[in-house]
Amino acid sequence: MPSFVTSRLFWIGALTVIVALVLPTYVSGYVLGLLTVAYYTAVFAMSWDLLFGFAGEVNFGPTFLIGVGAYTAGILDAHFSPGLSIWLCIAAGALAAVVGGVVLALPALRVSGPYFGLTTLVAVLMLQNFIVVAAGLTGGEIGLAVPDVISIDAKTNYWIALGFMLVSGAILFGLSRSAIGLILQASGQDKIQAGALGFNVTKHKLAAFVVSAFFSGLAGALMVFYMGTASVSTFVDVGVGVQIIIAAVLGGRRTVIGAAIGAIFLIGMGELLRPLGELATLIVSVIALVVILFFPDGFLGIIRGGAKA
Amino acid sequence: MLFWQILIDGFAISALYALGATGFTLIFGVSGVLNLSHGAIMVGAAVAAWAAASEFGVGPYTGALIGILAGFILAFATYFIAVRPIQRSKAIAESEKEIFILTATLLWGIIIQEAIAYLFTNNAKTVLPIVEGVTTVFGVRTPRNEYFTAVICWVAIGLLWFLVNRTRRGKAVMAASMNPRGVTLLGIELSSIYLTVWAIYGLLAGVAGILLGMFLGVSSYSVGPLTASAFSIVVLGGLGSVSGSLIAAYVVGYLETGTAYLISPAYRTIPALLLLVVVMYLRPQGLFGRR
Repeated sequence: MPSFVTSRLFWIGALTVIVALVLPTYVSGYVLGLLTVAYYTAVFAMSWDLLFGFAGEVNFGPTFLIGVGAYTAGILDAHFSPGLSIWLCIAAGALAAVVGGVVLALPALRVSGPYFGLTTLVAVLMLQNFIVVAAGLTGGEIGLAVPDVISIDAKTNYWIALGFMLVSGAILFGLSRSAIGLILQASGQDKIQAGALGFNVTKHKLAAFVVSAFFSGLAGALMVFYMGTASVSTFVDVGVGVQIIIAAVLGGRRTVIGAAIGAIFLIGMGELLRPLGELATLIVSVIALVVILFFPDGFLGIIRGGAKA
Repeated sequence: MLFWQILIDGFAISALYALGATGFTLIFGVSGVLNLSHGAIMVGAAVAAWAAASEFGVGPYTGALIGILAGFILAFATYFIAVRPIQRSKAIAESEKEIFILTATLLWGIIIQEAIAYLFTNNAKTVLPIVEGVTTVFGVRTPRNEYFTAVICWVAIGLLWFLVNRTRRGKAVMAASMNPRGVTLLGIELSSIYLTVWAIYGLLAGVAGILLGMFLGVSSYSVGPLTASAFSIVVLGGLGSVSGSLIAAYVVGYLETGTAYLISPAYRTIPALLLLVVVMYLRPQGLFGRR
């Protein structure tokens, strides 16, 4: 009954989007701000899922791409503001992230599994070191203050984040369901066989890196101009990357949409449990571990499982 | 003077790195598991030793014993909670078990880290050293504890070598890392080998954690960097190769100490990271890895 499953998922999705659209009328600016961050994080997680779930690349460094995008946009704005429109800065950030994605793809074509994972981790640590050492340019450990923001209105920011998440989600989801997505999945599972079937594995993997990097960098750059500041702890730190990975696996890997659900869940839960202080992260981690151990297909797997039964 | 200082400090730090990385590489070599809760187990052992010795006043020796016990318990808990259920799961495809174990051990590490932060706060803790005082060798004043650390690390590594090469149980572990199926055909239960390896791992990680706590101090913030440094040393040396890890630990330890003394402590980790990138490009299996 796959059509029933998809239609049920479709209706749940449509309902969620409608709720998200009417939300600004009913909730406070604080909640909207939280959701804005959650939506950007959702794009991070979806981009990661394209690389891991489909291309089969264990990327421990999603924050390398995000950080390159965020800092490029931020530095350009901080040094050339009012002369340079923030949209140009954002475009430059996305472009820089794409270059970063190609750099990251080069080792991926040579090494695999844990070796590639470590290369990406090292890329993050190098970026982090660079930002701290080149403090004059990047603001160092204190962070980089950006003179311009997209808007100071919580609702406008919310709409932009929501629209951006929906559009990039649709593109990434469409891509994953297209022939390209299938070829990627095949080359992720058996590189040699996919090559033997006549598919250009290198070209497709490179494309996956470029697309993933583009959306990560774009989301990072947009988030800089939402927050008005870029700092290592929000964009580059390995801990941020870990959260993105957990979000994608928690929501259901190889689904794209699951990654977004996981990201929104993680940020929402973290906020709901904030009164518990130190215990909040502990509880969220326990929930995530339980889901991974008992429901390896994540939240989306649970919904689908319910639909099947 | 500076030369001797770098030589002595670098030696002690490298010995500690070597001990920490040995357990990590052993687990990978035998069961193919990359344990990302490694740093959390080390810190857990150190904090247990600190709490017993300083908070409950049982003295440094009993404190260290309690720390080692904590390392044991945490290692077994990691195996039974985050590793074995995934290895035995039928719902997870074989090809995806690796990423699931990575994610699960990572989460388990965060759980340990947060539990430590909740129970004992985030403050840095220094474990009561067993050996106190300073001594001067080649005109360099060094805490005796530093020599003690290096000696214990090498004794532990020597004991591991003896265990793996000279005892029956150790030889079975060695054989399992080469050919798990062959070992089962010889009538040795593979799951009991895994238990042995995790026990050895707990001991190594526990001792390394406590020594680190005496030497540099630990806090729940050191969990991530500790895992990352063990991971990079092990990959640099070649995953699964114990002797490779030992050499890599010294390369990284001396690069870091040399950079910190000669250039600036701010650049401490950068040369080691650059070396790692170069090695990944030119020789992906690591300096001494076998493919």
